[in-house]
This record gives sequence, C-alpha cells and structure tokens, in this order.
Amino acid sequence: MKVFQKTKMLTDAHLHYCPGCTHGIVHRLVAESIEELGLQEKSIGIAPVGCAVFAYDYFNCDMQEAAHGRAPAVATGIKRCLPDRLVFVYQGDGDLASIGMAETVHAAARGEKITIIFINNSIYGMTGGQMAPTTLIGQKATTCQNGRDPAVNGYPIRVCELLATLDAPYYIERVSTHDVKHVLAAKKAIKKALQFQAEGRGYTFVEVLVSCPTNWHMRPVDALRFMGEECTKTFPLGVFRDKSEGKQ
Amino acid sequence: MAGITVDEKICKGCGLCANACPKKVISISEHRMNQNGYFIAEAVNPQNCIGCAFCAIMCPDCAIVVER
Repeated sequence: MKVFQKTKMLTDAHLHYCPGCTHGIVHRLVAESIEELGLQEKSIGIAPVGCAVFAYDYFNCDMQEAAHGRAPAVATGIKRCLPDRLVFVYQGDGDLASIGMAETVHAAARGEKITIIFINNSIYGMTGGQMAPTTLIGQKATTCQNGRDPAVNGYPIRVCELLATLDAPYYIERVSTHDVKHVLAAKKAIKKALQFQAEGRGYTFVEVLVSCPTNWHMRPVDALRFMGEECTKTFPLGVFRDKSEGKQ
Repeated sequence: MAGITVDEKICKGCGLCANACPKKVISISEHRMNQNGYFIAEAVNPQNCIGCAFCAIMCPDCAIVVER
C-alpha cells in the first residue's frame, strides 16, 4: 500500500527550484490541502513574480500570472467576479513585502475573501541574493555585504504582526518548514486557511518560512538548521489572528 | 515490508531526506548521478525502513514514493 505519493493537484513538471529549496514542500502542502478539501475544480491560483514565477506550470488548476507584487489585487478581481471559487495567492517576500506591500495591506484591510500563502526566505532568491525587507539583522546579501546593519538598512518587516493590527483579516499564522514536525504544522495551517476561505469567512494569510541554500551560501541541511535557530527568532511562529477561536 | 522508491530523474541530491530519516535508510550516492548531474539519493539500508514517510515529507521535489 502506498502511504505517500505525489498529489494529483501537482503536474508532472519538474520543479525548477534549486536543490534543497523548500519552496517545493510548500507547493505540495498547498496542492494536497486543496485536493483533500475536494476543491481542485474550483481553485484559481495567482502566481507571483520571483522564484515561484513558474508556479502556474506546477499546480494542476486554473492559474493566473500577476504583475510584480500585484497578485492580491488580481485575486481581488477574480474573487469578486467569481465568488464561489477558491482563490489562493502564492507570493514571495520580495513580491509581497516590498513592491507589493500596498496591495497586500489594502487587500487585508478590505478583508477580501482570499488566501495568501507568503513565502519568507529572507532574501531575493531569483535575482541573485539581494537584501529583502525580511533579511535578518547581520545576514549577508549582495546589497549588504557586511551583513544587514540597522543604521543603514533598517530592520526586517514582520508581515504577520503588521497585518494583525488590521481589523478585517480572519486568520493569520506563521509556520516554518525546517523539520518534519513543522512541515506537518504548516500543512494544517494552510488547509485551515483554505477551508476558512471556502466557507466564505474572510481574508486568510499564512506566512511560511522557507530556506534559500543557494543565496544563504549554505548546504541545504545547514540552511534548515539556520532557519530553525535564527529565522524563527526574528520571525516567531504562531497564530496571530484566528477569529474562529476568538483570537483578535 | 516498508520501502521507498526514489524517482532518480527528478532527485536533486539535496540530502533533506537523508537528514530526516530516523533509521538512516537513505544516503546521497557518492558516484551515481542523474541526467542533470546531481548525485542522487538511494536507499542504502532498505531493510531498516519503517515506512514513516519522513523522507517524502521533507523532499522538496516529491521524488519519493513510500510503501508499507
């Protein structure tokens, strides 16, 4: 009996991500969650600009590419035209927290009934490892070669905490992918967010910490260790809003 | 009898499966590589496999099928 095999919600295309990049894990979690909810035929995904730009090749459902950072705005339009569909947005940190910050915050403030999967690898991966709004203090990037210095580069943005100051979001959680336990927890959070949207409850947002071995200049296993030990200090895991349990 | 099958064509040899395996069943080969030039993961101690699927859960490329 097969206890684990690739979900049908993912196509047979080979992922283009670097070896050890946990983007692929998050793709699988989103796909499995949709399949388990039985909403494959009703799903529409919005692909971002960034490492996940080819997400439309990997998900076996309707997909739409958006301009850089504008994915929540595109999702808003699709969800308002087709309110019975499950609309999910898959965005990285450069896309969501930098160029698309306005769209992100306003979609959340309006309480659009969409699900945002926010991939936080604390660096710009696709363009070659520049500093992102989420780069950790002291972390090296090509545009802060001696490590991020708050006096020059400012501090990392915590998007979950920022969105949790708004009234409209229904569910906000930050999860990680650095070991099996946290991957399973991430799956639970993603499925919960998609389910809340399917029930028409409101704006749901899941931030997933992801490693970038290539641009962190680490071996994949060391990158996971770094993520578990350092990234989770700056970006504490947890539920920031869950109106179904009365957490405001 | 539990066991794993690695799709050697899509394995990138990142080693996350070998790191996650509690029974040290998997290891990254030192001489076998696939068409993309990646050293691939292989089951070196298949008799120890308990079918927990930790390797498949951590595989970013969905390259592992687990049977039990």
